[in-house]
Amino acid sequence: MNWKTEWKKLVIVIGIFIGSFYLPVGTPRFDKAITESLHLVKWYAREHVLLCLVPAFFIAGAIAVFVSQASVMKYLGAKANKILAYGVASVSGTLLAVCSCTVLPLFAGIYRMGAGLGPATTFLYSGPAINVLAIILTARILGFEIGVARAVGAVVFSIVIGLIMHFIYRKEGFERTAAQAAMPDPEVERPLWQSVLYFAAMIGVLVFANWGKPVQEAGLWYAIYTSKWIIAAVFGIALAVFLVLWFGLAWWKILLGAVTVAVLAVLYPDKPIASFTAAALAISVITSTAKGPTKDWFDASWGFAKQILPLLLFGVLIAGALLGSEPGAEGLIPNKWVQGAVGGNSFFANFFASFAGAFMYFATLTEVPIVQGLMASGMGKGPALALLLAGPALSLPSMLVVKSVIGTQKTIVYVSLVIVMSTISGMIFGVFWG
Amino acid sequence: MKKIQILGTGCPKCKKLMENAETAAKAMGIEYTIEKITGINDIMKFGVMMTPALAVDGEVKLVGKVSGPEEIKKLLA
Repeated sequence: MNWKTEWKKLVIVIGIFIGSFYLPVGTPRFDKAITESLHLVKWYAREHVLLCLVPAFFIAGAIAVFVSQASVMKYLGAKANKILAYGVASVSGTLLAVCSCTVLPLFAGIYRMGAGLGPATTFLYSGPAINVLAIILTARILGFEIGVARAVGAVVFSIVIGLIMHFIYRKEGFERTAAQAAMPDPEVERPLWQSVLYFAAMIGVLVFANWGKPVQEAGLWYAIYTSKWIIAAVFGIALAVFLVLWFGLAWWKILLGAVTVAVLAVLYPDKPIASFTAAALAISVITSTAKGPTKDWFDASWGFAKQILPLLLFGVLIAGALLGSEPGAEGLIPNKWVQGAVGGNSFFANFFASFAGAFMYFATLTEVPIVQGLMASGMGKGPALALLLAGPALSLPSMLVVKSVIGTQKTIVYVSLVIVMSTISGMIFGVFWG
Repeated sequence: MKKIQILGTGCPKCKKLMENAETAAKAMGIEYTIEKITGINDIMKFGVMMTPALAVDGEVKLVGKVSGPEEIKKLLA
């Protein structure tokens, strides 16, 4: 055995061995934590995967394929209107940052080849928080208010941070890369109204299929709830028609799929999930066997699913084991600790959540089950928002990349601003909704 | 001799593009070298913001998406 090359593996083997040797199986806390973790996975699988994640993947895929990213980037270019650039940078994460791994190159690009430091930091802060999958999942699992607060907070504070960065370094010139920014060719152009209707149909299906049951069994919200499947079906039919008319899918295939879905809906009227699953399967089969843009759409959606589902499963397992699955239940970490660190809405709780979030690495979307577990263990709503704002925007690995682009001093200033701003927004949110 | 460069920070899409590019080059039977550019500042030197991207002989041919081997063949020709 060659010690020089093998010692790392040996250390891992010994580590796993010691861990297994002293595995606390049988102690109540450990066994409870494992059960909690499995409960949480089951709950996600039953409540969120089919109705929420599957449509969300299709929407994210559609954004990646059908939204012309070049047309957004022209507002962030070197010659762009500076004021407009902040506005565009703060919201364009929805369209550009569909995958978290694209945020950093875009940030570097906007800084070096485009509108400069201010808009680049604005984009860097808001991008991960307002990507479409993150908004949908946050609103669905952590509650509508936090979902909206996360999106609005990210947009508003990203502009503030961008402007402060620009102000601090306004006198400093920087080496603009000489290279002309290469833009992707605009994809197949279709009239804007068609794209808008197409996205509206998909979002309609997502929103109404997930319409929650209101507390009172009366009024408009309840009326919508009782007929949510009919409304979702109308949006679904609209989507099917658009796909035939504008995307050139074979009408008989779509009809075949629609008839199957309708038959299932008639046979099992009390199990709408059966028809919904059939519809998702039909659209997958039809788009994946077609040629051209609709196949790209399916490939992009499948790409997201492949990338995100394993991370999310892992995140849910870990969050469930550490923090428990519902209020009152306890995981490996005692609820008292969580309440002590981030309970209530004190300055310390918000600051601690922001600070920890800024350095911790969250794989795509795993911030949602983690914050859910923390809230179940007693985290306040304000600190939850603070963590959601600071967490995905920054991590130790991303700081290192940011540092290589803008230098150490600016990175420190940026990180401090993120922590301060996230703390403030958490406190504001906690005061009104906590 | 074609010099193929794959630009990307190492996300799954970049790996996929590299595979596709190799498949394309092998199918065409051309002589080639393939190289991965992962440093973000090196990527910027190409003027690329949307990864993954593909450059042939130093010229950026594909930005911000993963193309299949068939399409990459056209870019290598």
